[in-house]
Amino acid sequence: MPAAGLSTAHSIVEPTPLARRIAGTIVIAYAVLALIPLVWIGLTSIKSPPDSISYPPKVLPWVDFEPTIEGYCNLFTTRSRQTPEYIASLPPADDRCEALARGKGMVVVGPSNYVPRFVNSVVIAFGSTVLAVVLGTLAAYGFSRFRVPLKDDLLFFILSTRMMPPIAVAIPIFLMYRELGLSDTRLGMILLYTSVNVSLAVWLLKGFIDEIPREYEEAAMIDGYTRLQAFVKVVLPQATTGIAATAIFCLIFAWNEYAFAVLLTSGSAQTAPPFIPIIIGEGGQDWPAVAAGTTLFLLPILAFTILLRKQLLRGITFGAVRK
Amino acid sequence: MPRTLNTLAERAAAATPQAVARRVRGLSDRAVAWAFISPTIVLLLAINIFPLVWTIWLSFTNYRANRPNAPVRWIGGDWYTDILTNPDIWVAMQVTARFVIASIAIQTVLGFTLAWLIDRRFRGHGVWTTVILLPMMLSPAVVGNFWTFLYQPQIGLFNYMVSFVTGVPPSSFQMLGDVTLSPWAIVIVDTWMWTPYVMLICVAGLRSIPEHIYEAAEIDRASAWRRFWSITLPMALPFIMLAVLFRGIENFKMFDMVNLLTGGGPGSTTEVASITLKREAFEKWRTGYSSAFAIILFVTVFGLANIYVKALNRVKQR
Repeated sequence: MPAAGLSTAHSIVEPTPLARRIAGTIVIAYAVLALIPLVWIGLTSIKSPPDSISYPPKVLPWVDFEPTIEGYCNLFTTRSRQTPEYIASLPPADDRCEALARGKGMVVVGPSNYVPRFVNSVVIAFGSTVLAVVLGTLAAYGFSRFRVPLKDDLLFFILSTRMMPPIAVAIPIFLMYRELGLSDTRLGMILLYTSVNVSLAVWLLKGFIDEIPREYEEAAMIDGYTRLQAFVKVVLPQATTGIAATAIFCLIFAWNEYAFAVLLTSGSAQTAPPFIPIIIGEGGQDWPAVAAGTTLFLLPILAFTILLRKQLLRGITFGAVRK
Repeated sequence: MPRTLNTLAERAAAATPQAVARRVRGLSDRAVAWAFISPTIVLLLAINIFPLVWTIWLSFTNYRANRPNAPVRWIGGDWYTDILTNPDIWVAMQVTARFVIASIAIQTVLGFTLAWLIDRRFRGHGVWTTVILLPMMLSPAVVGNFWTFLYQPQIGLFNYMVSFVTGVPPSSFQMLGDVTLSPWAIVIVDTWMWTPYVMLICVAGLRSIPEHIYEAAEIDRASAWRRFWSITLPMALPFIMLAVLFRGIENFKMFDMVNLLTGGGPGSTTEVASITLKREAFEKWRTGYSSAFAIILFVTVFGLANIYVKALNRVKQR
């Protein structure tokens, strides 16, 4: 055994190989445990309803259960039960979902609401993100570069709008939108999410713009650029990474938001989060369909998270912690 | 370098005739500043402040949103006295407080431990850190909804795994239907989602500690235990406290997960403040009453957050 007491200062700051291995094992064990629910969502989405609720649980596809697209079919279609005679009288099924439905004594009668709800989510998330990032970039530049009266108070006011419980905000918004005819409209939701996201955007972007040296703009202005030209041609290109990261954070917030959506939308502007929990099949919740809807809804976020991993810390702390 | 440029700019400005300077500079800086900042302020005034003021006004009236044409009567501070003397509201506040304290305590200990382990920089720590971070980016509502499936007594994976480890039959306990277990069901999902958040901030805290302090401690022959308690923990404390602040505010507002997992039940064992507010405002349509409750909640979060930030600044200055 090496004499631990005689080791150099360096080896104290650097953990020993054994310590490293133990630390690694514990962290990986936690990560695997934390991943189980996510893996289970994916697995459930490719099970048939009986397989999804079997005891003991079926884990391995092709070994324990036969994968099927039934969950995805049920997610995208509505079906109605028909008599065997009626089904027998129909021409042969032209797609997999129709064939699966007929096997259960049903026929596909039309598309479900999932696609429109998903489209609402996309439109509202992108609309509010673009607005919040444009407004946020302008305001962040203003706060970063100019002496604004009551600057700290204004910045704190912008942040404090995030401290309201969403339900508390929803009461007057509900009344206001009813008066203005914005209830259950995409525009109403876009404006609402913009107002929530703009505080995040201002705080994050101010941090990013603070890091761009003022001298760049000053040099450009000596060369004859106006303040606006310097902003567009010098500051914006420098802030691209920050703006992109901020946009993804705004996008994720709007994509995930549930409280406002469930209280303020019911039909034409409803987004996916309030819709997915109410997907039901015959005789209760259709878990493979719910899992299919959940999987499709989560995949973009998983991709964005991996894309964004270096900026995550900044985003989740409103720019308070920077690496 | 910056100084040279500044003086250059000043000299150039001084040398330029007035009319040229105005044309070159275009809009004055003050005009640009206000043009840039005011759209944001206007939006927040319209969608945050105006509603807030309206809520304050409504909280002094008997208005009901489902009867917009009924006469509105000014009733003064009656709702406030009603709420502050209502035992049910205090129960909801206690449920909220217990939930906030339990989940934050667990997440802080677990998150800091994981951060400390990740800071050992084992092979592949970057990849595994990203894996651990995934749950916190997902929609609490959509994922929380799926957890109700994992919590099913007979068919749920959670119950199966617990029974696999402990030997208790999986249908002998109901995570969501039981008075004692359902608060924990929510704490477990919250911990699963948000431990990574605390962890990420703690990793940053640990990395901010300069190595030379550890080297100095080594020269002083401080034990590993001593180094942890007198260097690592105190120096990471501002970061831990920041994580607790953000989690505290978020958990105080908690709605999505509770609404989908238990809806406040069974009985009112998991009825946190947001759920009570939703029931009063959007099920019983007692708009005036719920507005008063909303104001009380806002003042509470705001007050607690301010006190906490003062404490945080004191720790930072040490």
